[in-house]
Amino acid sequence: MTAAGTTGAAKERNEAELIARVLGGEKDLFHELIRPYERMLYLTAFSIVKNETDAEECAQDAVVNAYRNLAKFRGDAKFSTWLVTIVVNEARQKLRKAKRAREESLDEPIESEEGEYTPAQLTDWREIPSEALERKELRETLQKAVAGLPDIYRQVFTLRDLQEMNVADTAAALGVNENIVKVRLHRARMMLQKSLAPYLTKTTAPERKGFWGRMPWS
Amino acid sequence: MELSCKHVWAHISEYIDQSVPAEVRADIERHLEHCEVCSAVLDSTRNILVLTADDRTFELPVGFSARLHERLAKELGSEEEGAKQ
Repeated sequence: MTAAGTTGAAKERNEAELIARVLGGEKDLFHELIRPYERMLYLTAFSIVKNETDAEECAQDAVVNAYRNLAKFRGDAKFSTWLVTIVVNEARQKLRKAKRAREESLDEPIESEEGEYTPAQLTDWREIPSEALERKELRETLQKAVAGLPDIYRQVFTLRDLQEMNVADTAAALGVNENIVKVRLHRARMMLQKSLAPYLTKTTAPERKGFWGRMPWS
Repeated sequence: MELSCKHVWAHISEYIDQSVPAEVRADIERHLEHCEVCSAVLDSTRNILVLTADDRTFELPVGFSARLHERLAKELGSEEEGAKQ
């Protein structure tokens, strides 16, 4: 945690310097500034617009927008959070336009505090090693399960678990409070466990037990 | 305090994030020692999170990065032309 914190602080100093230099006229350095965030931009947009072409366009628009508005960036937020907020807005705008074009009302589901989110109840779990991801079928199964989450859960899940953003930054980027982030993340994880665990138990024969890959929550 | 399975499930996400209060954490761990269902729920959830978060699961479209920087280069260039006029 301490090591990650130090690295984070060093990264922020480095970014602050890059930003100052871009604003000072070395604008090509903006390419370097955004390079670490390409995946984050795409996945965030994809979690909202749900198709590759639109997600890519949103990511590009967000980068151009971030460049045009760089002078407005205040050092009190992290650059990454600021960038995510921009791409969230781009994606939401695109979604709204698409909805208007279809003349449909696709309101967000009403979020109730009720409702049990019960997991799939197994009595044993045999570890599926990350090497199993070499199989396309497994990757597609996971993609489908994430795509099948209700929008508001998928968005939180994408920022928190796929991009390892913390609760506060996720809340800021999505414009919700931290408690909502925690509730939605919990439900997303339970829904994924429920939809995936029984299937994975049946279809994946683990090669060896006890393998632990990197842990996104640590 | 002896927790029910439902109570443990309600805290699974926070437990994974290590954000449950210490006393609840201790109760959950006591429960996990003897409950194979909750242990399997926890292990499967963690495993699924590791798999979904793996970079191989959600890949960027081929050429994404190149097209992004191309677009940015255009933006940077057009600004320069604008300034010259």
